Amino acid sequence: MVFERDFLIRAYRQMRTIRDFEERLHLEIQTGEIPGFTHLYSGQEAVAVGVCERLTDQDWIASTHRGHGHCIAKGCDVTGMMLEIYGRADGLCKGKGGSMHIADMSKGMLGANAIVGGGPPIAVGAAIACKVQKNGHVAVAFGGDGSANQGTVFEAMNLAVVLKAPAIFVFENNGYSEHTGADYAVGSKDIAGRARGFGMPAEVCDGGDFFSVYEAMGRATLRARRGEGPSTIEPRTTRFFGHFEGDPMLYRAKDEVARHRATLDCLQNFRQRVTSEAWLSDADLDAIDQDVATQIDTAVTTARSAAPPSPAELETDVYVSY
Amino acid sequence: MRQLSMRDAINEALHLEMERDARVIVLGEDVSGGAGGTSGQRDAAGGVFGVTKGLLPRFGEERVIDTPISESAIVGAANGAALAGLRPVAELMFADFLGVCFDQVFNQAAKFRYMFGGKTACPIVIRTATGAGMNMGAQHSQSMYAMVTGVPGLKVVVPSNAYDAKGLMLTAIRDDDPVIFFEHKALYPRKSVVPEGDYTIPFGEANIVRQGEHLTIVAIGRMVSFAEKALDALAKDGITADLIDPRTLSPLDDETIYESLEGTGRLMIIDESPPRCSVAADIAGLVASNAFHALRAPVVQLTPPHTPVPFARELERAYIPGPQAIEAAARQLLKAG
Repeated sequence: MVFERDFLIRAYRQMRTIRDFEERLHLEIQTGEIPGFTHLYSGQEAVAVGVCERLTDQDWIASTHRGHGHCIAKGCDVTGMMLEIYGRADGLCKGKGGSMHIADMSKGMLGANAIVGGGPPIAVGAAIACKVQKNGHVAVAFGGDGSANQGTVFEAMNLAVVLKAPAIFVFENNGYSEHTGADYAVGSKDIAGRARGFGMPAEVCDGGDFFSVYEAMGRATLRARRGEGPSTIEPRTTRFFGHFEGDPMLYRAKDEVARHRATLDCLQNFRQRVTSEAWLSDADLDAIDQDVATQIDTAVTTARSAAPPSPAELETDVYVSY
Repeated sequence: MRQLSMRDAINEALHLEMERDARVIVLGEDVSGGAGGTSGQRDAAGGVFGVTKGLLPRFGEERVIDTPISESAIVGAANGAALAGLRPVAELMFADFLGVCFDQVFNQAAKFRYMFGGKTACPIVIRTATGAGMNMGAQHSQSMYAMVTGVPGLKVVVPSNAYDAKGLMLTAIRDDDPVIFFEHKALYPRKSVVPEGDYTIPFGEANIVRQGEHLTIVAIGRMVSFAEKALDALAKDGITADLIDPRTLSPLDDETIYESLEGTGRLMIIDESPPRCSVAADIAGLVASNAFHALRAPVVQLTPPHTPVPFARELERAYIPGPQAIEAAARQLLKAG
């Protein structure tokens, strides 16, 4: 397998952008300036990017409460996202949605979602629309291992199989449903096996390896675009922060995050692979790191000084017309 | 006198009742936490707001059940366990998650007794965190109590302070009907005097928080403390009110409201849920039907606007009826009629 230089640069830039966005948010949240509840995606970047690099703006994704990575990977504007997370008037959703509700239909991003299991039925609906419109596009339902225990998700999977909908279910198994281990909460251990039970192909892949996710997603999108129906992939991954910012993570071994940062870092894995194959140089990647750092800094600076929504905005956007 | 936060007061009620009655079980997401984790530490969460902390070490895994993220199964299993002889206390992490499991709440739990000719009971309590004010966004901040108050067969509790929360929780677990118990997130850390040991507060009995002469204020949940703040400010101008906290919305102690209106003639209802088909609208309707003669001015319903709960701080502040809005509305009401 040989990859184009531009493709690799883009993939790395996307992953680095997600990582820096989240690591910076982790720091900024401690200043108290950011309202509400934030769930960070650090550690899982290879999944969002490995999946979304197989998609175009016309393909759809439905995201989760841990949605920043999906948004960036799908092409949402980084400054617009930062403004939204700060609750600013010029945020992607005018400050009305916040971290858990970032959406951008123009990028095929159907929305982050604060209800576990809320997204997959919506993604199947988008897949049905693609089928009706005969446009060859697909829809992806992101969910965690926790979402694999929601009835809505089972209903969505069965419906997608019944209708041969061009849907792809991505179960990001990061080992934890909030504060409870997947080893406990997912009775079957293997989520892919459940998907097979519904009658679709499913595979487990390495969520710490961009290429592993990208390859698995390639098989799933090919099948969907050919009209052969849905697939499931289950990337095994880890999160570098708690369930939400402020979570003391008493349920994780004390050294677990440090160990995973040292050994399961998908950005390090990527760097190792592309430099050892001599596809890219360390200098190429370092240049991206610098560029992204500047971009994130600009986004934060912009968001910090931006204006909040006017109180008159409270009662707009409830309906299209009323 | 000992002061406890509302979080600890509810926690104490759960401890007391689990000790007293072996049929009581607790189930929900992360009610203990840490199962299947790598630290080996159980009770790693004790509920995301810490309300169920300490139950698992004391009562064990059979009675304190960490569930997967499966709200329909949580409430449905609570229903089944109740029919089969237990007294389950199910936790829905956020009241918004009622949306995931509404069938088990209003088609199942609410109707068993009636459909089955009075031959069974479904003694469950669904505890759930409610309310806006913490910038948690549109799907983690709603006040959903009007939707369940309208369902025959369900009882609905909305405590406004730690003392009431403990007594009402003990009543709720001992009650033979399904009870939805709404705990306001912003009230969890708020302390009040809470006696040790066992005491219950009956359902359908409003608390007259303050007595006064110029108007009647009915306030629900967190709105009670906001009304008190507003009344502190109004007292400087000699304005006083009956402040009534219904404590339970179903059953509702409407008689206490009518009696108060006989003296004051002016009514303001403060509700944190949107105005249409709300508890405020319900109370206003009851008053129009049953105490119209006592009214000297139109009833004021002080609620958020007919919108979802917004995220940005400035918008959420504008959404929630706060002490200043209450004070202004009270002054306006005294000029009316």
